[in-house]
Amino acid sequence: MSGVTAIMRRELWSYFVTPVAYVFMVIFLVMAGVLTFYTGDFYDRGLADLQPFFDMHPWLYLVLVPAVTMSTWAEERASGTLELLFSLPVSISQAVLGKFLAAWAFIGICLVLTFPIWITVNYLGDPDNGVILAGYVGSWLMAGAFIAIGTCMSTATRSQIIAFILTAAVCFLLLLCGQPQVLDFFQDAVPPRVIGALGQLSIARHANAIARGVLDLRDLVYFFATIVAWLAASVVVLDLKRTR
Amino acid sequence: MIETDRLTRCYGPLTAVDALTLRAEPGQVLGLLGPNGAGKSTAMRMIAGFLAPTSGTARVCGHDVRKEPLAAKRALGYLPEGAPSYGEMTIREFLVFMMRVRGLDRDIAFRRFDEVVMRLELEDVLEQTIGTLSKGLRRRVGLAQAILHDPPVLMLDEPTDGLDPNQKHSVRMLIDAMARERTILISTHLLEEVHALCNRVAIIANGKLLADATPAELEARSRYHGAVSFSAAGSGVSREMLARIPSVASVEVDPLDGRVTVFPRHGQPILEEVQALLRTQNLEVSEIQLEQGRLDEVFRQITTQPRGAQS
Repeated sequence: MSGVTAIMRRELWSYFVTPVAYVFMVIFLVMAGVLTFYTGDFYDRGLADLQPFFDMHPWLYLVLVPAVTMSTWAEERASGTLELLFSLPVSISQAVLGKFLAAWAFIGICLVLTFPIWITVNYLGDPDNGVILAGYVGSWLMAGAFIAIGTCMSTATRSQIIAFILTAAVCFLLLLCGQPQVLDFFQDAVPPRVIGALGQLSIARHANAIARGVLDLRDLVYFFATIVAWLAASVVVLDLKRTR
Repeated sequence: MIETDRLTRCYGPLTAVDALTLRAEPGQVLGLLGPNGAGKSTAMRMIAGFLAPTSGTARVCGHDVRKEPLAAKRALGYLPEGAPSYGEMTIREFLVFMMRVRGLDRDIAFRRFDEVVMRLELEDVLEQTIGTLSKGLRRRVGLAQAILHDPPVLMLDEPTDGLDPNQKHSVRMLIDAMARERTILISTHLLEEVHALCNRVAIIANGKLLADATPAELEARSRYHGAVSFSAAGSGVSREMLARIPSVASVEVDPLDGRVTVFPRHGQPILEEVQALLRTQNLEVSEIQLEQGRLDEVFRQITTQPRGAQS
């Protein structure tokens, strides 16, 4: 276990010694604010909640999370430090977990830093803070799923740009597949059960459910299963690359 | 102890390491010697657990790298080729990270840290960022990382590559000092290093083990082994007389400096006879030397022989 925490600490620390963390935080916080107030009609809705704020998160993560995860493994491979890391007495899954937790903790820190918007809405009205907390949990879980996907893409290549594009593409598909337009498009082509399954795969659907304040076990299972599956895939990819 | 058992690694159709069987015991410094691309680094990467063997296996202190990879890695200190490290960290941060990942006990860790930093003369640069360091300094950081946990087995991939002569010397002293109770495997393409460090040499080319012997045994394979060379004024006269000695096979004169080399027949000792002859001829010999054999010549001879031919 010391291996996991040591790797997690080093990764998290490395975000903050390079400009990555600060650029990310500034863009994330500014964009979250701008999108909420302008695109999300925060004032005009006349409701004291953070629904428009959380609605923007999938689209923010779509662009920003791949930027965080693209380097995790690709850079390690390109600079040769992967060889060093794998000569240490940590298993591949411990290393994957350590790096994942670091990125997840980092997004968590960013989410905590959005607290002014929570203060604002509490100042303006009387929102249900339980729903808001659920919204944060849902957003963080969704970020975890995106990070796990990004981790897997980063293990597959030594090019950070390829990792970025692949991650964004897969996340975009997972966001889209729950949209009614997409499901309608497949309506005639595939049986309804497949359509239903496709809809259940959607990240946005599960995140929105949690954001409404309902912590349904199915949604939690969905996110944890997504994270575990993609991290397991990362371990498999890294192990496969040892043999060829 | 390091053992490899028919260790093999293929990249597609290319066999980088071909059924390599080696064994190094505690107290031994085994030098993996071979031309570039011979498979030295690939073999080391498999022992370190970075690459999986295609077939065969390796054991570090008895731990099979396939079955007990973590136990094998715990017993191993490894300096990868080019000494990669995290460029954004300072030396101190990097070494502390390595100790944490290895889960070293706090008290032991601090003592080892000071000891290693002192040994590699890193005290004054501890707070420097690794990315800004010179090649030589980075190599020393890589070495520090490899010996931090006091491993019984040390594997160093080209440990003195890119160092200046003084640094090379201090790294060799370090390896020498550590060699007593440890098993050390180093790879190199520097023949002088073999002389300075190794008590056994494994020569590999095209992934195959071609020779496994002590440096002295290898030198004995040289045409120059037991040859006598000297510089003398007017040595040209004596050439034919030297060639007439029964135990002498041939005599060569260097066209540039006129140095004469007398080769023995079937390794017979010829020094005394040559000396006697020179005395009777009253030649003024400025310097005379009994050759040990030339490793570079043996190396060339072994590594360039046609494929399939075994020494």
